[in-house]
Amino acid sequence: MIIPILKGLALTLSRFFSRPITIQYPEQKFPPAARWRGIQYFEADERGRTKCVACGLCMAVCPSQCITIETAEDEEGKRYPLTYELDATRCIFCGYCEEACPVNAIFMGKTYEWVENRRTPLHLNTEKLLEQKRFNP
Amino acid sequence: MQMLFVFIEIIVKCVVVFGCLMLSVAYLTLMERKVLGHIQVRFGPNRCGPFGLLQPMADGIKAFFKEDLTPGRSDKPLFVIAPMISIICGISIFAVIPFGDQFTIPGTNWVVKLRIADVDIGLLYILAVASLGEYGIILGGGSSGNKYGLTGSLRAAAQMISYEVALGISIIGVIILSESLRLTDIVQLQGGGFWNWNIWYQPVAFILYIICGLAEINRTPFDMPEAESELACGFNIEYSSMKFALFFMAEYAHMITMGAVAVTLFWGGWQPPLPALSFIPGVVWFCLKLFVLLFFFIWERGTMPRLRYDQIMKFGWKVLIPLALINLLITAVAVSLKG
Repeated sequence: MIIPILKGLALTLSRFFSRPITIQYPEQKFPPAARWRGIQYFEADERGRTKCVACGLCMAVCPSQCITIETAEDEEGKRYPLTYELDATRCIFCGYCEEACPVNAIFMGKTYEWVENRRTPLHLNTEKLLEQKRFNP
Repeated sequence: MQMLFVFIEIIVKCVVVFGCLMLSVAYLTLMERKVLGHIQVRFGPNRCGPFGLLQPMADGIKAFFKEDLTPGRSDKPLFVIAPMISIICGISIFAVIPFGDQFTIPGTNWVVKLRIADVDIGLLYILAVASLGEYGIILGGGSSGNKYGLTGSLRAAAQMISYEVALGISIIGVIILSESLRLTDIVQLQGGGFWNWNIWYQPVAFILYIICGLAEINRTPFDMPEAESELACGFNIEYSSMKFALFFMAEYAHMITMGAVAVTLFWGGWQPPLPALSFIPGVVWFCLKLFVLLFFFIWERGTMPRLRYDQIMKFGWKVLIPLALINLLITAVAVSLKG
């Protein structure tokens, strides 16, 4: 009975002098894994606009149906999304939109910190999706 | 005039000791959380002030502003008085602890003895007040009108009474050796180096004292009365706000006094470990030894799991009390043979 107690005391003392493995969250952050699927972002073309051609494949493949697209054509006859809305409150971050995209416009980002106190800011539109690019170099 | 000076001296000593004790209680809670945290390979509280040093203040303010509830089915006078008994007994043990030698105030011939009361039955007083403190826990749990509280206090009563016996018997060895109940005499006899400390003459008694002391202050591995997993906090389940804080403070104050008594009886009190080191004041040595012991109390809490109720009873009655009796017998025979 005494030897196990002494062994236990030695173990706890050695742990006491070891470095804590805590990640102190707001200051230190845990880097997400390589395959982490966070908040989506849009890849921009050379003019700074979205590469999305509003084909609607992401809208079709999305299992939670959180993407709505209105299509329009610009003066050169190129299709672009007039409104692209991704309802992040319903998104399940499955990554199918990234897989389905034929022009590599939408990607799953690495960001996981996103807090709002109302629902409407959680709807991602084209501008917000383009802005998300800067968190994902 | 003389009378007035004595009066002032007593009041100053009381205030200083009380303040230091309460401050130690506050920071002991922080130390406990920090040490336990590091034992579990994490940081303890480190958000409130540098290294979490303001955490005790934050805890105190929080406890102060909580709602003070008294359950409707409780026995109200006892419910209110129980935490008071606990804290009063926890603190008043410290009145007889000699935490330092005497010193003369510079420029006068006024000698200040560094103890509040130099009672000639100091040890008896300690045992009496320590067991009085158990009433706080027993009454507190019993009067809250809650089955968990009642179970906790029943366990506390059984456990404390069983361990008190072994505690008392283990101390008798020291009394036989020093032939005095006055704590000052016991400390004086242990002067002149660490080889004169009682722990070398009474090692079994020291271990028994520590074990029984842990049981008496309801600390892990003997924290049966407040077993969180079975009793949902035990005797203090219905307490909130400052009443709970009083119980909490009493527990830690009792822990400090327990350690202080152990230091006084077995580790030579305020005596330096080597005669050459006597230029450092006795208070420093006392605090240092107390700190080591308190660290041990926290360390063993981080190590040992809680014992089962029947194991505690079996251990107390079948192991500790016979050991204490044998130790007492051997000490008595050795002392009487020696003359």
